[in-house]
Amino acid sequence: MTDTTATPAPATPAQGPAAPAQAPAAPAPAVGAYTVGDPLADTRAPAGPVHERWDTRRFTAKLVNPANRRRHTVIVVGTGLAGGSAGATLAEQGYRVVQFCYQDSPRRAHSIAAQGGINAAKNYRNDGDSVHRLFYDTVKGGDFRARESNVARLAQVSLQIIDQCVAQGVPFAREYGGLLDTRSFGGVQVSRTFYARGQTGQQLLLGAYQALSRQIDAGAVEMHPRTEMLDLVVIDGRARGIVARDLVTGRISVHLADAVVLATGGYGNVFHLSTNAKNSNATAVWRAHRRGAWFGNPCFTQIHPTCIPRSGDHQSKLTLMSESLRNDGRIWVPKAKGDTRPPAEIPEEERDYYLERIYPSFGNLVPRDIASRAAKNVCDEGRGVGPGGQGVYLDFADAIARMGREKVAEKYGNLFEMYERITAEDPYTRPMRIYPAVHYTMGGLWVDYDLMTTVPGLFAVGEANFSDHGANRLGASALMQGLADGYFVLPTTLADYLARHPHDEPDPSHPAAAAAVAETRERLARLLAVGGDRTAESFHRELGQIMWEHCGMARTEAGLREALERIPGLREEFWRRVRVPGGGAELNQQLEKANRVADHLELAELMCLDALHRTESCGGHFREESQTPDGEALRDDEHFSYVAAWEHTGGGPPVLHKEELVFEYVHPTQRSYA
Amino acid sequence: MNLTLRIWRQRSPEEQGAMTTYRVEGVSPDMSFLEVLDVLNEELVLRGEDPVAFDHDCREGICGSCGMVIDGQAHGPERTTACQLHMRHFRDGDTIDVEPWRAAAFPVVKDLVVDRSALDRIIGAGGYVTAPTGSAPEAHATAVPKEAADTAFEHAECIGCGACVAACPNGSAMLFTSAKVVHLNVLPQGAPERESRVLGMVAAMDEEGFGGCTNTGECATACPKGIPLPSIAAMNREYLRALRKGGARRP
Repeated sequence: MTDTTATPAPATPAQGPAAPAQAPAAPAPAVGAYTVGDPLADTRAPAGPVHERWDTRRFTAKLVNPANRRRHTVIVVGTGLAGGSAGATLAEQGYRVVQFCYQDSPRRAHSIAAQGGINAAKNYRNDGDSVHRLFYDTVKGGDFRARESNVARLAQVSLQIIDQCVAQGVPFAREYGGLLDTRSFGGVQVSRTFYARGQTGQQLLLGAYQALSRQIDAGAVEMHPRTEMLDLVVIDGRARGIVARDLVTGRISVHLADAVVLATGGYGNVFHLSTNAKNSNATAVWRAHRRGAWFGNPCFTQIHPTCIPRSGDHQSKLTLMSESLRNDGRIWVPKAKGDTRPPAEIPEEERDYYLERIYPSFGNLVPRDIASRAAKNVCDEGRGVGPGGQGVYLDFADAIARMGREKVAEKYGNLFEMYERITAEDPYTRPMRIYPAVHYTMGGLWVDYDLMTTVPGLFAVGEANFSDHGANRLGASALMQGLADGYFVLPTTLADYLARHPHDEPDPSHPAAAAAVAETRERLARLLAVGGDRTAESFHRELGQIMWEHCGMARTEAGLREALERIPGLREEFWRRVRVPGGGAELNQQLEKANRVADHLELAELMCLDALHRTESCGGHFREESQTPDGEALRDDEHFSYVAAWEHTGGGPPVLHKEELVFEYVHPTQRSYA
Repeated sequence: MNLTLRIWRQRSPEEQGAMTTYRVEGVSPDMSFLEVLDVLNEELVLRGEDPVAFDHDCREGICGSCGMVIDGQAHGPERTTACQLHMRHFRDGDTIDVEPWRAAAFPVVKDLVVDRSALDRIIGAGGYVTAPTGSAPEAHATAVPKEAADTAFEHAECIGCGACVAACPNGSAMLFTSAKVVHLNVLPQGAPERESRVLGMVAAMDEEGFGGCTNTGECATACPKGIPLPSIAAMNREYLRALRKGGARRP
């Protein structure tokens, strides 16, 4: 590590913006402009039967001699399920791990808030589940926009994840016989979701955190909490380190390594309000993108159907109610528009259980994108409930009558408590009100089968990559993917990379490292120097409104074009009017925020561009121009059966590279959950 | 609602801090306590003053980032985290004191932000099961009685916020430590390290400067996750048992 001095408070406004997107020099490209570059191929996935490919890759991957491992340093950014499990596992194997998180402790990464569960094809229920069925459900649930090779691997590895977590002491729910309990989740007809009450993410993360803590205590992991990655260092075409800021002292430092792993989560906070943690952000992936990592399917965002509706303008974040509630809760709205009677006074025949009506075989358990859009549709019709008509009921009256209050409390007690705490309404006696909210981003840095980005030596795991969920993620699959990547996939594929790149000591005085530091300094100094009259929060809020309106649950060409016109203007205004108090050499949460918002303002534009170019609907990406007569997402496989990987060009319009998707095992069909 | 907040302001660990008074107007009863601080901070930024630093992240009561003493109580008057404390529990015109966690083992970083890394080091001293990735047996190889699984879960709910330490007159971390000891020690997977775990974690707790337990019980009252007080007694039993068996801390 090379320490450099703290960022000085700027005496004069810095000259020359580091970010070309902010440079007004060149004439602005036309709205929605991009060029198409060479197609892209995932060259790492082996050929052969889909369920043998991972075994093949494991065998062909080169190994690093245990005695040589300690000479290799790996940087891991983020300590959620993917980062925590990766850091712990790599350290167990003998690599030197240097790990970072912006939180004060690695235990606080936002994986901790995942509620519902984790999928695995154990078939403990003997209900017809199998690795192939989990593979099939995930490809189909993703609306045929994920790679078959990756998904097959995910399904295969799911079996080991449960074993691993149980061995760590993760207290999964159990039956009286002492065996593991499971439940079913949206989009599937088997019961394959393992859970720990409504806190599965917490328990899995603590398992990974404890494994990581063991390695920190043993000196195998050098942990840097309260430290945020602000740039990637690329030397001779390889990712060799990061620039990071100590959030307490403001010290900017360079950390160099043999490889860099980004496990920094998704970018849902581009929307301002989402179920993400307040400080979740896109800076690490966006900075990597600007350094050459292509961005895959940025427009694929998931709007979760069951969140608590917002209560006012002060709202700082949205709270999810686990989708598992849809197992026993029934979703309805009044049949009549503008029916403002309390729910208990609306008789059964005047209620519309619209999911059960439209999708009789899946009912309340349709995939998330379908449930979200259906809620939006009934609210758009004027049948929404609660303040502003932006809500639908999720009713447990039948479940309580059937199972008894006690059993319902056992399954969902903590969720009911959380709901009551926030809304001051008792869900045991009055149906919950729910409404969709931004929850997860299927898009992310493009990675090959080895989870490596287009920058050699830069890997992306968990939500930070784009890989396994296609255009829509099934419930309880994010935890599965995060842990699959971190515990099992990355440690194999990263070893292969390290074996092929014998250790050479990176040069801390390399101009690329110095340039990255200088640019980071300059950018922070610029933020501090603007001295405007608006808070970073106000820009974030305004960006969120644009994105929710035009790049949310339903998208149109006109709306996306409007967003693409407004975002550059907002970004220009940000750099002219933002006000960041204090200096850079101290704990400065406003500076952290402003820096993240600056990146959100750039990424948002790429999201809208991707959404505009993809004129089909698929999964969570719903273009109003492309729907079936029943209002379902209508794919256009002839033109869009590809991953859109966007290359940053530094000023000019981005370049689109297409990775053609091939379906040999699950043949694309119009998804039907009716 | 209009409120008066008296907030502890301290620029750095070295400097003296002081309570500073702020008015916040137009507070909605549906706001969370942290959202009131958000509103105040936006005003402070626009007025050119230094906003109040506080830790927060998930804002749904599970990450354990937020923590402040509100009117003398850790996380305030309701049994929850500050992010889940809603203003409907206060009255218009209230004056509310807001202070950081106060404990010798949690030095103040700035304003309401404290350094809780000592809790991480307690976990690192034994709060895990040694199960390197790939070494696990099939999950159903060992049945775990439901009662043990439920007890483990009840203790594993701890979010590591530090409210128990802040509430304790001795600044003790017994409840935090016992929650992890009990979680892992009741499970068959935790059994092989049962003795070294409790000895290592208790020693780390002492080394970090946390106080001793005098059975005041404030910790369990303040705990937003309801970690039960008997957890401490269970840890003491584990500790004595480990000593009797001649257990040793992990080297």
